Amino acid sequence: MAGSIPASRTASSAPEARAAGAASAASRTGDSLRAETWRRFRRHQLAIVGAIALAVMVLAVLAGPFVYRVPIDQIDFKAKLKSPSWAHPLGTDDLGQDVLARMLYGGRITLAVGVAAMLIAISLGTAVGAVSGYMGGTVDHALMRVTDLFLSLPGLPLLLLIIYLFRDSLKKVLGPEIGTFALIVVVIGGLRWMPVARLVRAQFLSLREKEFVEAARGLGAPPLRQIVRHILPNSVGPVIVAGTLDVAAAIIAESSLSFLGLGFPPDIPTWGRILFDAKDNLDFAPHWAIFPGTAIFLAVLSINYIGDGLRDALDPRKVL
Amino acid sequence: MSKYLVRRLLILIPVLAGISLVLFTILALAPGDPFEELATNPNVPPEVRANLRTQFGLDDPIPVRYVRWFTSMMKGDWGFSFVSRVDVATLILQRLPTTLLVVGSAQLLGLLIALPIGVYSACRPYSLVDQIATTLAFIGFSLPSFFTGLLFILLFSIYLDWLPFIYRADISGTGLPWLWAHVKQAIMPVGVLALLQGASMTRFMRSAVLDVIRLDYVNTARAKGLAERIIIVKHVVRNALIPVVTLIALQIPGIFAGALITEQIFRVPGIGSLLISSILANDTPVIMAITFVFSCLVVVFNLVADLVYGWLDPRISYR
Repeated sequence: MAGSIPASRTASSAPEARAAGAASAASRTGDSLRAETWRRFRRHQLAIVGAIALAVMVLAVLAGPFVYRVPIDQIDFKAKLKSPSWAHPLGTDDLGQDVLARMLYGGRITLAVGVAAMLIAISLGTAVGAVSGYMGGTVDHALMRVTDLFLSLPGLPLLLLIIYLFRDSLKKVLGPEIGTFALIVVVIGGLRWMPVARLVRAQFLSLREKEFVEAARGLGAPPLRQIVRHILPNSVGPVIVAGTLDVAAAIIAESSLSFLGLGFPPDIPTWGRILFDAKDNLDFAPHWAIFPGTAIFLAVLSINYIGDGLRDALDPRKVL
Repeated sequence: MSKYLVRRLLILIPVLAGISLVLFTILALAPGDPFEELATNPNVPPEVRANLRTQFGLDDPIPVRYVRWFTSMMKGDWGFSFVSRVDVATLILQRLPTTLLVVGSAQLLGLLIALPIGVYSACRPYSLVDQIATTLAFIGFSLPSFFTGLLFILLFSIYLDWLPFIYRADISGTGLPWLWAHVKQAIMPVGVLALLQGASMTRFMRSAVLDVIRLDYVNTARAKGLAERIIIVKHVVRNALIPVVTLIALQIPGIFAGALITEQIFRVPGIGSLLISSILANDTPVIMAITFVFSCLVVVFNLVADLVYGWLDPRISYR
């Protein structure tokens, strides 16, 4: 593969030249694969911009509430629906609560839902895909029919149905915050594993016949070890890309739910929930809707660009 | 072709049965009891409640209940709405045409935007136009539909005051003014959906055309002196559309999710907004029926995609 890599534009700089020189001997050691991926990822400038934007957002929601110490639920009717000012950088809502403070706090939940739902989706998808691709035969057939069935389910209406039916009882068991969070994350993740399952299955179908897996089998590795140590690490590329895009999809799904008023309760101001509260005041307080909406949009856009960059970086057939 | 259609239709039966099984399982697993209110009401003696339960078959084993539920669903007997006391089927049939109109015209508009832009981008890859189009497509499909909807309202209804932001089904009047009022109020909901659909279709179209345009048969067509326009339209686009149809079919559930949100934003009286209002009113029969209708719509549109697939690539339907 090293031979097909053209000299990079910045090959004159010392570390780059060393990297390019090392690339020919590199593909054997474990670390260099990561270095190679990083080198390819850096080529995608918008992906880098996206990664920086996302990092800033994550840092802001993690550290922000400690630096910007305005309480999220301080009601002040004298300052209601105020446009951005020094006292309230992103303005206030209809109860005079500070929008910036609410967004910093709610952003944690929004981003956490995205990541948690993605983890559920890729674990479930990888498990189904691995079993399906490794076992083959009847098991494979049955699992793929189930996957097809799930693919033809209407996501959002089903999400709404499940949340409608289970919301109250879960709230009773786990409390309003954790109950809603767990329900939303599990349901979003549970309805998004199918593409990952298909990708992993396709990888397994081709990888399980490869010589190195046969060698492992010949050395007496049990199926679980073959899957976990040998096949899975080699099929992780597409899963990473799909997982990245799943974070964006999960953020949109959660925001949609909250925007419809059926997600988080008002005391957990996720970005979608702020939009839901703001949408009836668009004509006199547009800032209230524009800031959280832009935050969702930027998060999704950055994640999509990162996914695009990772796709380029992790696809060995693509010459960069 | 007709044999292909029959085969596709036969596949629908297990798919619908599977979907209904999933829906019924969710309903059966859900806590709560339709007769909960009667249980807490001291005026209703326990015997009456038990009688009602037997009458509605709630004490039967779950498989029996499933079969009964599925057969009555298939017969079109969907029960009564708890809230409006109307037949659920009537309620849904009133709303369904609006949803189909909005979704259908959005899909068409999206295709009309995506097809030429995608093909043009792919014919001149990495040109300025391509880069602008690709960036816009990326932005377009990263914009969540609820935010686009709010931005549209802000721009076109509040600042410019061009378009109404509430969709009304009962516009009075006749002739051209009536038609114009309908078109005007549909522009924003359809536009939001078309933007979302068009953006992802542009991306699909561009990469599909890029895959095809370097193939040998395209060179052959060029070598034998065909006009560029004919090469693109008859040879490249037709073949590039095959994977695009698959991708569009995979996106169909997403279209209905988008429709649900746009209907809610613009108060379009379709089945999406009916679903939301039923959820807020705890109207279980309507909620179940609408979820089932959405599933059927997804399945039917997948069937349409399959048929288009067979038409684009005759090898598929002869198999």
